[in-house]
Amino acid sequence: MSNYQQENELLKGLAVNDKQVIEAIYRDNYPMVQAFILNNNGNSDEARDIFQETMIVLYEKAITEGFELNCQLKTYIYSVCRRLWLKRLQQLQRYSSLVENVEDSVPVEEDIEKHEKHNNDFLLMESALNKIGEPCKSLLDAYYIQKKNMQEIAAEFGYTNADNAKTQKYKCLLRLKKLFFAQYKNGQ
Amino acid sequence: MDELLLIEAVERYLKGEMSAQEKAFFEDIRKNNPAVDQMVVEHTFLYHELDKQSNIKAYKHALFEVETKLAEEGIISQKQLNGKAKVVFLWKKYKRSIAVAASIAVLVSLFTTGLIISYNNRTKQTEINRLKREIIEDTRRELGKFKAAQPAAPKQVIPENPKFGGTGFLIDGRGYVVTNAHVIERMKNIYVENNKGEYFRASLVGTDLNSDLAVLKISDTAFKTMPNLPYSIKKSNAELGEQIFTLGYPRNEIVYGQGYVSAKSGDQGDSTAYQLSVSVNPGNSGGPVLNKNGEIIGIITSKNMTADGVVFAAKSKNVFRLLEAVKKDGDTAIIKVPATTSLKGLEREQQVKKVEDYVFMVVGN
Repeated sequence: MSNYQQENELLKGLAVNDKQVIEAIYRDNYPMVQAFILNNNGNSDEARDIFQETMIVLYEKAITEGFELNCQLKTYIYSVCRRLWLKRLQQLQRYSSLVENVEDSVPVEEDIEKHEKHNNDFLLMESALNKIGEPCKSLLDAYYIQKKNMQEIAAEFGYTNADNAKTQKYKCLLRLKKLFFAQYKNGQ
Repeated sequence: MDELLLIEAVERYLKGEMSAQEKAFFEDIRKNNPAVDQMVVEHTFLYHELDKQSNIKAYKHALFEVETKLAEEGIISQKQLNGKAKVVFLWKKYKRSIAVAASIAVLVSLFTTGLIISYNNRTKQTEINRLKREIIEDTRRELGKFKAAQPAAPKQVIPENPKFGGTGFLIDGRGYVVTNAHVIERMKNIYVENNKGEYFRASLVGTDLNSDLAVLKISDTAFKTMPNLPYSIKKSNAELGEQIFTLGYPRNEIVYGQGYVSAKSGDQGDSTAYQLSVSVNPGNSGGPVLNKNGEIIGIITSKNMTADGVVFAAKSKNVFRLLEAVKKDGDTAIIKVPATTSLKGLEREQQVKKVEDYVFMVVGN
């Protein structure tokens, strides 16, 4: 059990973006995933992609409140990768039956579904941010994404004071809201 | 209120920058003005999305840095295959696709040959087929008339001058229908009509005025049990922002609408309901609200007439509570609620096609 606790601690580090934790997880699990994908019609670039996506699924799980991993981290990662890779193969229409390793796998469909929904929202927001145009895009990016403070932003964008920058920021936010919800209502 | 001022207020509210007095004032406005409340809900959602965007981007950046480092160490391999190895690799990778493509090619050529040889015969055959189908259709139509007329004739066919009702949907194929309590209140005779225009007499099994729900039982002998309901009833809560769709009878024809869950509570913080953003009209009451997997998450109950697109729906778990209460009253067989959905992963048109047979118009006088 202490092993599980240790791994849950590790994932807490993931939630706060700890690079050492990310590196440790990569070192422990990447070779296994890479071997799996190379054995199943994939190449090293695809292995990289899939592992990255798995790390994001893991992150999304780690930031959920009250979350706890109830299997070995290795098993979880393998299961997610396996699922994601099967999906990818289907999309690419490379017909293939999997060459399975001996690793156990656990059901992860629900997590992956959640991830796809998040990813969809993420892409919607990204496309809304891209459509909004300059200077709005940079302004919102600086404040909400890079989390700079208003004084910095005012100086950087050449506003006479922070209040002016703020008003402009809110105007931009209103435009973003319209764009985002228009897309959100239309598409899934 | 000016939207620009409001958006600023919302941001400060969310960041906890308001003084207690200001906060109370703001919450008061929110409570008394549904339009403002709606905007607060939307802005909150937007901020959350922006926040997530920021976090994921930072995280992806960290991933990228780690990856670059490990690639330099050789733990992540990036060697490109070249020369002969690449051909072998590609062959291995695509051999199944190639095999499939080749067999399809063979089949297609055989098929075309066959097609050319039998061309004259074929045209005649299709004509005959068509004729046949029409006959079958005609007889089926005749049969349908016959069937519809037979059992219905001695009892009832159409309720006399029905006052308009609402919508309901099956929760048990043996004829148990859920609708709103306010739809059937003051109705002496209750009827349900399916999308083919067939009426069935129904009786009231139980109501829950708290969540405004009612269960009916189709008592008509003309009604045939409909096994395998395509949707399930969700026991847990829906997520904020979840995409939803609904079917109902605001007119004599079934009408589809789509939207999203805009708040996890209903009118004045009513925790038994959701707030939805979807377009509905009188007559939609009692209609099912489904998520993209085909799980029923709620039942349309009411709409805020002063604000645009503010609709309330009873949460689906209230159905279970109502059934529990009905069961205690005895005299009803245990109602089996569908637990699995067969709509997952289908296109929306297909989902609607499967669901519409199970959604009824509820009318009465």
